Amino acid sequence: MKILSSEITPYKTYLNRRKFIKGSLASALLATVSPSAFANHDNNSLVYNKYLNENDKLNSYEEITTYNNFYEFGTHKKHPHLNSGNFKPRPWTIKIDGLVKKPQTFDLEKILSNVTIEDRVYRLRCVEAWSMVIPWQGFQLSELIKMAEPLSSAKYVQFVTVFRPEEMPGQQKRTIIWPYREGLRMDEAMNPLTILATGLYGHEMPNQNGAPIRLVVPWKYGFKSIKSIVEIRFLDTQPETSWETLAPWEYGFYANVNPNVNHPRWSQGTERRIGEFKRRETLMFNGYEEEVAHLYKDLDLTKFY
Amino acid sequence: MFSTRNFNRSKPVLFILILFPSLLWAYQFVTGNLGVNPIEKLMDELGLMALRLIIITLMITTLSNIKALKSIVVFRRMIGLFAFYYVCLHFSTYIVLDHFLDMQFIIQDIIKRPFITFGFISFLFLIPLAITSTNNIIKRLGFKLWKKIHYLIYPVAILASMHFYVLVRADKTEPVIYMGIIILLLLHRIFKRLTRPQLAQ
Repeated sequence: MKILSSEITPYKTYLNRRKFIKGSLASALLATVSPSAFANHDNNSLVYNKYLNENDKLNSYEEITTYNNFYEFGTHKKHPHLNSGNFKPRPWTIKIDGLVKKPQTFDLEKILSNVTIEDRVYRLRCVEAWSMVIPWQGFQLSELIKMAEPLSSAKYVQFVTVFRPEEMPGQQKRTIIWPYREGLRMDEAMNPLTILATGLYGHEMPNQNGAPIRLVVPWKYGFKSIKSIVEIRFLDTQPETSWETLAPWEYGFYANVNPNVNHPRWSQGTERRIGEFKRRETLMFNGYEEEVAHLYKDLDLTKFY
Repeated sequence: MFSTRNFNRSKPVLFILILFPSLLWAYQFVTGNLGVNPIEKLMDELGLMALRLIIITLMITTLSNIKALKSIVVFRRMIGLFAFYYVCLHFSTYIVLDHFLDMQFIIQDIIKRPFITFGFISFLFLIPLAITSTNNIIKRLGFKLWKKIHYLIYPVAILASMHFYVLVRADKTEPVIYMGIIILLLLHRIFKRLTRPQLAQ
């Protein structure tokens, strides 16, 4: 593939590097194992540290890609890693519909050529009381929303995961009502912290983490950050979301990380950072209070959990 | 082949077989080979093992009604005690490794979270069963009273399976299978009592 220097964006650098790595098995192995593969992030310490606390350490690529929830590939946290080998994330399109000027289907490549991919290192807090620090690559959701041109009547955004039971064995069982759906209020979606991630650790998004494109909303429990998105709908009413539909007494629409609102299964006061022995205190809004607390100043968070 | 003598002879082998997983997990834990979230993994494995052993003790009683398998009852005490052993390890993992002896938090957790409440009560009910398992104590209590105490195994099994059922977020197939087995075994016992009441005496 020939690329003009004017076209080079960080994202394309990643893609190129990946192609280059694929050329040789040895270097591919090296890339996943050796810290040198992550070297490009060290240059980015500014972005890198912007959203982290002093005692936040990156989780390893292995931790991030072998332990997570993605029920489309099975209910155990090792299943996404084990069962996602047959998933084909390319070619990929995203359908935009609902309250927009013009419903349309975007080619992923087209979206990517219109946005700036940047590094975002975020804490991820699962509702099951474990957490990680993950170096994502992606772009602000607000950029895509601008491209989609929603009407002023649009107050909510709904996201839908792809439904491909033949490639996603977990979908062959009705553990959740497929396809997985999630949603945000418009102001949450437009918040600069909210991104659509297309990679992690400088690799294209691994299948098990939501290839080729997923949401990351770092101040909410992990299940809000819907993976492998194929449809984005703009609505004037609060959309149904998968976990809330399944167990409304356990999971709310907002699902903001909140150590003061307990979950019947897990205390949300503390969490285990993967790789650490002792539990940590969970932070309000997962530590992003400064950036997002203003969104909820008129909301009773014990009721709208 | 299925004689009491042969079964008694195979006890040491069974002992090692049931003990082995705990040693393996302890070794894997210490050497850092229990995966990305080792404390959770250890707790899950120990708990699941305990639940399975509890169900096996119930099964042994039922299966020993079959003439040819009558003698398997000689394994029951050992397996029951192993169930208690795994429950203790499961519970101490929760107390020590998961919550670092933060008793205030743990008490809150036990009270507030139904699944932990179920598990904890199940554990409490197992204690008298374990204590009254030596021949000496059975003699001292008399078989009738001993038997009455050991009816506690039913609430233990039900609570333990509920503990697991509530913990699972979606796809409750595995806990439902365990619950189903427990209910079948219970029904069988009730049926037996109703049709042959003299057995209950």
